[in-house]
Amino acid sequence: MQTSQPLKPPVVETYDELLGPGETYSSVTARIGDIVLYPVLKTPWGWIGGFVAAGLLLMLYLYSLATLFTVGIGIWGINIPVAWGFDIINFVWWIGIGHAGTLISAVLLLFRQDWRTSINRAAEAMTIFAVACAGIYPLIHTGRPWLDYWFLPYPSTLGMWPQFRSPLEWDVFAISTYATVSVLFWFIGLIPDLATLRDRAQHPIPKLFYGLLSLGWRGAAKHWQRYEKASLILAGLSTPLVLSVHSIISFDFAVAQLPGWHVTVFPPYFVAGAVYCGFAMVIVLMIPIRRWFGLHSLITMRHFDVMSKVMLASGLIVTYGYFGEIFYSWYSGSIYEYFLIVNRIAGPWAWSYWALILFNVLIPQVLWFKRYRTNLPVLFFVSMCINIGMWFERWVIIVLSLTRDFLPTSWGVYTPTFYDWATYIGSFGLFFILFFLFIRLLPMVAIFEVRDLVHKTAQKAHDKEDHGHAGA
Amino acid sequence: MAQVFNRRTNKIVRLSIFVGIPLVLIMLSSAWWYYTRSDWIRDVGPANAKVQPGGGFSHQLHVGGLKMDCRYCHTGVELSSSANIPPIETCMGCHSQVLTKSTKLEFIRSSYETDVSVQWNKVHDLPKFVYFNHSIHVAKGVGCSTCHGNLATMPVVYKTQALYMSWCLNCHRNPEQFLRPESEIFNPAWQPPADQIAQGLILKQKYNIRSKLQLTNCSICHR
Repeated sequence: MQTSQPLKPPVVETYDELLGPGETYSSVTARIGDIVLYPVLKTPWGWIGGFVAAGLLLMLYLYSLATLFTVGIGIWGINIPVAWGFDIINFVWWIGIGHAGTLISAVLLLFRQDWRTSINRAAEAMTIFAVACAGIYPLIHTGRPWLDYWFLPYPSTLGMWPQFRSPLEWDVFAISTYATVSVLFWFIGLIPDLATLRDRAQHPIPKLFYGLLSLGWRGAAKHWQRYEKASLILAGLSTPLVLSVHSIISFDFAVAQLPGWHVTVFPPYFVAGAVYCGFAMVIVLMIPIRRWFGLHSLITMRHFDVMSKVMLASGLIVTYGYFGEIFYSWYSGSIYEYFLIVNRIAGPWAWSYWALILFNVLIPQVLWFKRYRTNLPVLFFVSMCINIGMWFERWVIIVLSLTRDFLPTSWGVYTPTFYDWATYIGSFGLFFILFFLFIRLLPMVAIFEVRDLVHKTAQKAHDKEDHGHAGA
Repeated sequence: MAQVFNRRTNKIVRLSIFVGIPLVLIMLSSAWWYYTRSDWIRDVGPANAKVQPGGGFSHQLHVGGLKMDCRYCHTGVELSSSANIPPIETCMGCHSQVLTKSTKLEFIRSSYETDVSVQWNKVHDLPKFVYFNHSIHVAKGVGCSTCHGNLATMPVVYKTQALYMSWCLNCHRNPEQFLRPESEIFNPAWQPPADQIAQGLILKQKYNIRSKLQLTNCSICHR
């Protein structure tokens, strides 16, 4: 039942199907389950190396956070007038990445898209870890994170509630709801697979671990019925969150009257940007994982093709937003809005605006061609560009608007410090350490859903045969 | 293969989800509720009075017995934000003539001689981010005893109010509950009349007290 090494099948690329040839119920179960269940001492060196590298980044993160808590936010480059810097840029960037996972697992479930099945687990894990990385920034940027419970509306002795009219307060609810629903959805989706692992495990420790987590799942018809119901309810709850979380984050900006923040296109533009960046991150993570663990027949070229199309579509919405902003600056007749655009295009930070246009608008146009959508090195490169480009988008929105607002006397500059970079680069340590633990301890592809896909694929082939017969 | 957990485990899990976890949450939140609102954490009541040099200044003797006015010592109360602790010269103004041989007053005399202030322990200690101004409160009909209690009965000063922000806001939202006529501001034994709200509303007009919206503006106290 249990092999000492993960199965390494010969690489056969599948372009039109969601499943490679020759996959059966047991081959799927073995292929995914054994990645998790092989003995601790035989953990591949690649995993150990990656885990250690992520651990080092995590150390950098913890060091910069410890300095932040002991010294204060003066270690960052922010000051008046640029009171939001890397902290908020990274917050928006990370939380945007999470949106792809929710879109894949919830929206595509409701639309009954089969291509979600083999990527939803890992994408949802990415969501949760990205939300964890994102959530830390608003907590630490207060400067006194031990008082962050003040964000919450609890019956305090202050006789006051938090300012419910502020989108910053809505953020508290949006993000905590998003994190809670995502974790619940992910965990409930894991239960049948955890039970499979519990039953396949030989050693008492994994048996206990998966037994505890699978909550007594026996695979009874009643269990499946309840499971289907629960996952539909959670999908229904998550779907509006895909739209609402990033809309509310865009309100953080849109309520202010700063040039460049005060645009009505912000909510859809932010949501599309989040999905764009999120899908790029899914692709960046999936390409190496698929190669390292030999998942070619589970995550096929068709998956990448479809994900690239979603990326292209959301990228075009974002592009529309960029052109929209230029148009509004002229159409508004406001000299401040107009100046902002001139400042973006030709100001001291123009290179960052043009980097954004290059990475988010120009390079992704190659995705119009199927040849590049199914060329993994190209796709990896394009996705990396989009991730960087979306980071620059938040940089342009936040820093360029804040450095030069209405009055030239109140203009300022912003220079990120070592600690700004350390809290950004270090957060990858947290993300990747969680991700490495995830791929070692939990099935990174939903086993039972892929088994269902095996069944459906067989059914489809069977139907085709019947029709062919009847037609002749 | 045999399962790690037997059937009874389900019952334990259900019990802990529906009874155990809620019970722990209720216990923790009620502990927090009573802890943050306890007299002990805010030093309220005679039992939590602070120890003062020389056994403390007896307001019971000076205000209750000798009927001294608050402003004899706390001269700044009508003029500035601080009601000021009097300098040692104020004490010596009387005690250079009265009870000059008292051993209990030795620390007063030595402070006067050595020019080293008596280190009284602050009883009503507001956080530094709260800008409280005594003069405006006294001028607008808030009497001493509303916040400090009846000092004429206190041998050692203790807090009668916990000074929560909700307590400040209670008056800033509806000041008519506590306003008193000008003649009663420094009366430590003042009791609100039966028709306090009606009287208070008249006084609110008379003192020209600002609206609730203005009085609960953040910058009224946090500047």
